Amino acid sequence: MKFAILVSEGPYTHQATDTAYQFAKAVLAKGHEIFRVFFYHDGVYNATRLTTPPQDDRNIVKRWTELAKANNLDMVVCVAAAQRRGIVDDGEMQRNGKDATNLAEPFRISGLGQLIEAGIQADRLVVFGD
Amino acid sequence: MTTKQFMIVNRKAPYGTIYGWEALEVVLIAAAFEQDVSMAFLDDGVYQIKKGHQTKGIEIKAFEKTFRALEDYDVTKIYVDQESLAERGLTADDLTIPVEVLSRAEIGKRMEEQDIVLAF
Repeated sequence: MKFAILVSEGPYTHQATDTAYQFAKAVLAKGHEIFRVFFYHDGVYNATRLTTPPQDDRNIVKRWTELAKANNLDMVVCVAAAQRRGIVDDGEMQRNGKDATNLAEPFRISGLGQLIEAGIQADRLVVFGD
Repeated sequence: MTTKQFMIVNRKAPYGTIYGWEALEVVLIAAAFEQDVSMAFLDDGVYQIKKGHQTKGIEIKAFEKTFRALEDYDVTKIYVDQESLAERGLTADDLTIPVEVLSRAEIGKRMEEQDIVLAF
């Protein structure tokens, strides 16, 4: 089955993002496909490479990054939500005259249309939020 | 393009959190993608469409007007939970847009019919 995942809460504050990660892992382990993981609301904070949790805690951003790279996942951060919350890639830095970027690889910043497309293309869109 | 039924469910009061506003952005984009979009307002979410938002004092942009623009995007299926209204002393007359007031069970049925339910 083809899944899409929406993560709409920030890391650490809320378990939604941990559950989404565990779900994604389980989906792949069962041989299903993940069309896209979309990050919205505070979920965009899952994509900052500047995250530095204590060493004895899980590194949520690194975990996503590794899962995405190993499985070639499409990880999309909503541009409007990212702009509000200071999640920046090269394009956004230049467009908005900022002096830094913080988007982790392989996340990419794109529009909400990517969420709608994921809903259309996937057999199931599973939402992890409050 | 494939058309699917998207329902955006709003359960939270406006302004206290950003969910209401960012949910509305999803509605507008889904409508732009010519999807079959509906909205449901439950719990404190009914306050989002109450008439007369005055947000000057909290310095947050009011988005009441955006609800009135939904019709221009052909988003006309707006369901409101009767019990949530009643619990808050509200009726459909207090709302800024025309809605269909339904019982909780009827809203549940509409949810079952959807391809995608996005709850905020």
